[in-house]
Amino acid sequence: MTDLTRMEAELSARVAAAADLAALEAIRVEALGKTGSISELLKTLGKLTPEERREQGPKINGLRDAVQAAIAARKDALETAALDAKLAAERVDLSLPPPPERRGRVHPTMQVLDEMIAVFADMGFSLAEGPDIEDDFHNFTALNFPPKHPAREMHDTFWLPEDERGERKVLRTHTSPVQIRTMQRLNEKLPSWIANGQEPPIRVIVPGRTYRSDSDATHTPMFHQLEGLVIDRDIHMGHLKWTLDQFIARYFETPMVESRFRPHHFPFTEPSAEMDVKCDRSGGDVKIGQGNDWMEIVGCGMVHPNVLRNCGLDPDQWQGFAFGFGVDRLGMLKYGMPDLRDMFAGDTRWLDHYGFSAFQAPNPATGLS
Amino acid sequence: MKFTLSWLKEHLDTTADVSAVVEAMTMAGLEVEHVEDPGKRLAAFTVAKIVEAVQHPNADKLRVCQVDTKDGRLEIVCGAPNARAGLTTIYAPIGAYVPGSGVTLEARPVRGVVSNGMLCSARELEISEESDGIVELSDDLPVGASAVEAFGLEAAIDFEVTPNRPDWLGVRGIARDLAAAGLGTLKPDTTAPVKGSFPCPIEIRVDGDACPVFAGRLIRGVKNGPSPAWLQQKLVSVGLRPINALVDVTNLVSQDRCRPAHVYDAAKLKGPVIEARLGREGESILALDGKTYAVGPEICVIADASGPVCLGGVIGGQDSGCSDETTDVFLECAWFDPIRTAQTGRTLGINSDAQYRFARGVDPESPVPGLELATQLILQLCGGEPSEVRVAGHAPAPPKAIAFDRGYVKKLSGLNVPPSRIDDILTKLGFAVDGDAVTPPSWRRDVEGKADLVEEVARIEGFDALPAEPLPEIARPAGGVLTIRQRRMRDARRALAARGYAEAITWSFMRQEWAEMFGGGDPKLVLTNPIASDLSTMRPTALGNLIDAAARNARKGFPDAALFEVGPNFRGDQPADQWTAVTALLAPHSPKHWAKAGGDPLFALKADLLALLDELGAPQLQVVQGQNAGWWHPGRSARLQLGPKVVIAEFGELHPRILKALDAEGPMLAFELSLDAIPEPKKKGVKTKAALELSPLMPLTRDFAFLVGADTPAGDLVRPILGADKALIADARVFDVYAGTGVPEGQKSVAVEVVVQPREKTLTDGEIEALSGRIVGAVEKAVGAKLRG
Repeated sequence: MTDLTRMEAELSARVAAAADLAALEAIRVEALGKTGSISELLKTLGKLTPEERREQGPKINGLRDAVQAAIAARKDALETAALDAKLAAERVDLSLPPPPERRGRVHPTMQVLDEMIAVFADMGFSLAEGPDIEDDFHNFTALNFPPKHPAREMHDTFWLPEDERGERKVLRTHTSPVQIRTMQRLNEKLPSWIANGQEPPIRVIVPGRTYRSDSDATHTPMFHQLEGLVIDRDIHMGHLKWTLDQFIARYFETPMVESRFRPHHFPFTEPSAEMDVKCDRSGGDVKIGQGNDWMEIVGCGMVHPNVLRNCGLDPDQWQGFAFGFGVDRLGMLKYGMPDLRDMFAGDTRWLDHYGFSAFQAPNPATGLS
Repeated sequence: MKFTLSWLKEHLDTTADVSAVVEAMTMAGLEVEHVEDPGKRLAAFTVAKIVEAVQHPNADKLRVCQVDTKDGRLEIVCGAPNARAGLTTIYAPIGAYVPGSGVTLEARPVRGVVSNGMLCSARELEISEESDGIVELSDDLPVGASAVEAFGLEAAIDFEVTPNRPDWLGVRGIARDLAAAGLGTLKPDTTAPVKGSFPCPIEIRVDGDACPVFAGRLIRGVKNGPSPAWLQQKLVSVGLRPINALVDVTNLVSQDRCRPAHVYDAAKLKGPVIEARLGREGESILALDGKTYAVGPEICVIADASGPVCLGGVIGGQDSGCSDETTDVFLECAWFDPIRTAQTGRTLGINSDAQYRFARGVDPESPVPGLELATQLILQLCGGEPSEVRVAGHAPAPPKAIAFDRGYVKKLSGLNVPPSRIDDILTKLGFAVDGDAVTPPSWRRDVEGKADLVEEVARIEGFDALPAEPLPEIARPAGGVLTIRQRRMRDARRALAARGYAEAITWSFMRQEWAEMFGGGDPKLVLTNPIASDLSTMRPTALGNLIDAAARNARKGFPDAALFEVGPNFRGDQPADQWTAVTALLAPHSPKHWAKAGGDPLFALKADLLALLDELGAPQLQVVQGQNAGWWHPGRSARLQLGPKVVIAEFGELHPRILKALDAEGPMLAFELSLDAIPEPKKKGVKTKAALELSPLMPLTRDFAFLVGADTPAGDLVRPILGADKALIADARVFDVYAGTGVPEGQKSVAVEVVVQPREKTLTDGEIEALSGRIVGAVEKAVGAKLRG
């Protein structure tokens, strides 16, 4: 039966030589199609005697299987070669730059504000807000600034024109008027975002824009403060000290900050103090928590009994503390911006350099910054 | 204000050095600005003696001196007329920096003769204004002694006083606090009344409104002139200029006791009466500063028969001042109202040492003791014969007793201070302690209640001793402490930063003309005292400031600004007129790039705005075109509205006229979103999400092309399509807009892809056909569109 062997060799050679899928298909039809040469051989099996069939059957089937396998292998090889050629043609130069994209930034003052809010929120403080244009009562009188007192002059107040009643509105010189708005309910209709009286106990912080008529490297006509107010039955100066110590350690992200309280004077607190933290100025910039210098960081004190009275609270029943941070300045100390005026210049290079990614929201798991 | 350690020691028995005093002051509430050490400034200068002084060979006015110095005998050229053999003076070596002339000495020939140093005047050493030649010192001083020693100079402590503590504006007041703080013992006050030998011939009258109390006396037969060296030195050491003995005495008393006084040359006063009264219209005074001030009825004057001779508590008059010829002096020690004095200072622009003290509040009980002290000193320095003291008016009522429960110290401060220690501190500060009643001294008018007493005790006991006590735990608001609005402000920032915008913070004010251009500029919102004319008016919008910022960036070579701001805008001066806007500005810029990106950047901005609104949880909004304010491009801007009235945002391209007026290169795109206008969900906190139904059936899409009027917004086709079958139609997207060949004049073709999501079973061809019919019908009904054939 050398015919079958020869046939297999001949077909295998043709399959291996098939240049493309069409040539391969033609060989398949020729050999395995309905009238193909191998199909014809298979048809002869039916006419053979059982003995002959037992002998011829496996040989012819073997021939069919071998040719089928050769065709499949060749098909696979041809497809692989075609795909390789296609992919090779699709090559691009990946050293080319992607389309340009803008990098967005959160302003460092707002990042710092978010950090401060995160720390105080953890101590149970809520946020209270008030208007930037204030009346004399909320900005001064209710805060125990006597009329015409020199302390008012120290505030470099921006004034708006006198109204029909001879009263002048001011741009708030500090966030402290919101202390009054938080403690005292007004009988006028106010937008819901403005604090309007709550029963003690009170524990709020007040972030916001503040204004003073001043301009140099450390003063701008507008800046940001964050006020704190805690009112309860037995809150004393020791609680104030603990709160500020906690805040400073967490904000500057070092437990090593040494602080001191120094007596000071504010009309709306009694006793009043300023808190200093240890810092190092020797290297030109200020390093908090090192060195042997002191830096004033926050003004604070126990809410003046007159302020409580002005808000309708009995100072023999309620007492507490207040403090006020300069937010922009705190940011400069932590992140190293040298000039306060740059904060408000909107220079895109500055914002790109000192700003923060949208995804750097302060988070208890990752730390503040 | 400044003082020196030796001056302090006149009142305080102490061994403390300057740094201990500074530390104690700081911890008692006195803010030390700096310590001015003349030893540092004058370290190079030493005593020298001129051995020989001969005429310079080449210059008439110069002398060549042989000088014995710490560096041996040197040849020094000197131009001073008083350079003579035998004079003891001050020598500066080569290399020394001379503070008064700002030069560093070099060995240089002067007209051919090399000078090996310099002989100095008082002005060159900055110890006096006068400069009649080189310093003349006592011959007892040895060569090489330091200049600091030769002049008896010492460190001056310069400090700031808070407005509540005028008593610290006298050295004795500081000594009292330091004694209470444990730095030493307060020495007794040795001022004794000086008996007058005749009645004061000058009558004193006061108008209580102008000057509640006025003490005065005449001293006859004084001999005025320069004060002795010790007094001059003392004044110079704290930065005061010696004038003449009589005036120097008043300055000394003012600095020592916070007790300003004034001296008049009695010969120059007209009439027998001195009156403290309010000024009158038309009156004026030539003051000691050489300026003439008009006085009005708001100002307190001291007047004689001729009119004002002094602005009470502020500044004296030139015509009645004391000179070397003065023989009879009238001494005034009065108490002027703090508020009126402060106002006078502001109105006239005068900030004298006296005005500063009276404005803050001098001790009302001090006129007579002050007068006695000044008399004592005048008699000591100038001789003379004093009259009896005359006092007109009455000091304001003394501070009232305060009921003081000692337990309140612990309650308010947290400090554990034994009652005996509390009383000790208060007594040392001058308070009268009588059981529960504590009466502040007359110089402590700032102390009004028990909280003030706690402050006194706490600051003297030391804030260092304050315990750090944790805040009590309180119930926290569920769902975080931020309100929805506060949370939205934060989310808006981070959403826009994530989309490539940089957050700017610009002023809340802007130039008035700009405010007007943006619909603002109400005169009620114009500051009466702006810091600059371009920061004069409260802004109606942040747009102007952001355009300006982008333009400034462009001028520096960075034209591709993408900025935003979250902040307040102002419609009026009432609290309700303030609203919070999220404002973004985009200066579109297509940098060269190998793969060209296309598309109208306005739609990129719209995508940013819609993404932001989605982040903030805003509901579906309607686009309304053609109603934006005048600062927007009329064809390329729109509003996003909630219903017919509530405008949530405006967006689009800015009008080129506005950009030109703001000196900005266009185009620029922007949006302004009112954060307050977005409705808030009814409840804060966790919101369970509705169950999600995922259909197992494939969605199918069908495209429609409609012919509509060219002016019909394409967006108007979407709503009727979605409404045609709310259950089945999941989405409708405009994917092509075409006008031109094949489309009738005045019309356009809008192609919409509609996504149909079968819910329960696969749709039959017939059902799809019916749905298509409903879609076409709805669009036709809504905007008169026809399906394109």
